[in-house]
Amino acid sequence: MSPEFIQGIVVFVLSAFIGFEVISKVPPTLHTPLMSGANAISGITIVGAIIAAAFAEGPLAIILGLLAMVFAMINVAGGFLVTDRMLEMFKKKPGAKK
Amino acid sequence: MIALLYLLAGVLFILGLRGLGSPRTARRGNQIAAVGMLVASVVTVFWVIDQPLSALWWVIIVGAIVGGAIGGVLALKVRMTSMPELVAAFNGFGGGASALVAFAAIVATDTVVGTEVKYATETEVTVALSIAIGVVTLSGSFVAYGKLKGIITGKPVALPGGPYFNLMLVILMTAASVWAIAFNEPMGYWILAAIAVVLGVTGVIPIGGADMPVVISLLNSLSGVAASMAGFVIGNQGLIIAGALVGAAGFILTVQMSEAMNRSIANVLFAGFGTEGAAPIDAGDKPVNSATPEDVAISLAYAQKVIIVPGYGLAVAQAQHAVRELATALEERDVTVEYAIHPVAGRMPGHMNVLLAEAEVPYDVLLDLDQSNPKFPHTDVTLIVGANDVVNPSAREAGSVIYGMPILDVDLASTTVVIKRSLSPGFAGIDNPLFYMPTTMMLFSDAKAALENIHEALIEL
Repeated sequence: MSPEFIQGIVVFVLSAFIGFEVISKVPPTLHTPLMSGANAISGITIVGAIIAAAFAEGPLAIILGLLAMVFAMINVAGGFLVTDRMLEMFKKKPGAKK
Repeated sequence: MIALLYLLAGVLFILGLRGLGSPRTARRGNQIAAVGMLVASVVTVFWVIDQPLSALWWVIIVGAIVGGAIGGVLALKVRMTSMPELVAAFNGFGGGASALVAFAAIVATDTVVGTEVKYATETEVTVALSIAIGVVTLSGSFVAYGKLKGIITGKPVALPGGPYFNLMLVILMTAASVWAIAFNEPMGYWILAAIAVVLGVTGVIPIGGADMPVVISLLNSLSGVAASMAGFVIGNQGLIIAGALVGAAGFILTVQMSEAMNRSIANVLFAGFGTEGAAPIDAGDKPVNSATPEDVAISLAYAQKVIIVPGYGLAVAQAQHAVRELATALEERDVTVEYAIHPVAGRMPGHMNVLLAEAEVPYDVLLDLDQSNPKFPHTDVTLIVGANDVVNPSAREAGSVIYGMPILDVDLASTTVVIKRSLSPGFAGIDNPLFYMPTTMMLFSDAKAALENIHEALIEL
């Protein structure tokens, strides 16, 4: 295995542990926005989509790159927007407002 | 330098996820994560500009505009009751994008004519994993979407051979991957993708509608893992970090959802709950206290403490505003009103909280299982709106199918009011003794109409 690949595995395992630690204490109230927000973050694959689209050669590669861009962008734009819409509604009691 | 900027994006994702862990900071957290995504995207665009090859900018721009428009419109138009479907759909697109990125990488090495460009074996393994996991996420999410939307039956559908059918598909996928990698045969990846489409469908279709919270969490986790694998393929640590974070976060939620139903993940995925062994219900001759909206209004009006227990029936009837109005009217009469929310109420973890937040119910009167159960013995009236299995006292009796499932102890209150269309059972397919208790009043009606009628009767008191 190449050093880069091994480095990738190190990063993967450590990131997964950070994910476990950060999420394990979330109150159930926030589970839906949390899933929706995490889902938007999985749209990080847009980075791969940009690269795939940029250097596509031939019709098949262009179609794959374009579809990857569209799919990833739906995930990113839709995911963050809808999460924001949900969280906008979470308010404390009017009296307790700052 | 580029790698450091991806690390910055990763740090912003971690801070964002942490922010999402508390109601006060959640909105800010989501915005921080969005900034992280912007950083990662902009860095990538600059990296592309920096390459000696000329880039196909129109593909990037057209893709971004089309995808952004579709995602934006869906996000801004969706009703809060349909949130689970939309999250399932977005999830599917994310998984699909990761699979496409891996495919594009394969096609790219294929088209470099005359030069023997080939990935290292370990990288090809991650290509196969990106495709397999990404495509299963895509097709599985759309089956989940169909089930939540009611296009596909919410009932568990039995497969020929049961779980062995899917096991066979996994074996076939492994064989296709080996063919692709060991024999350098790109066709193997396409066959892998085709079988993965089937596995996504046959993996989700046997699972009942009520288990969709678990399924969506799991698919969410898989979409993260797919992104991470795509990160290995294109050698990008930003994808690896973010994908692993989401994979872990989704997995934790999956475990929590399963625990809330007292079942293991394996049991949810393979057991097809309710397809066998559920005894027929014989409720014919048991006495039920059927109540009118006026009866309910009177007991609510003279209570000191009321706890409302919402369930999926509330979401179906779009009754979140009606319940809030009734609660406000009660509060004006100095009745304390709180809400007890079971972790798996609704079709998605936390779905009820979102619906009630939409109706401007403050989040600090929403109680979870552990907060609400000690309160029921000191509660005058519990008002159950469209919930069933999560308040079924049989869960406390050994021998019941749902024995051991954590429930809300609503029957410990002085009076229990159940708003429900009929005595029909919930997804567990069993009778609910709560309905026949002497302290229970049954109001047979659609949730929204019932709440409005009670409200009217309350005003006239």
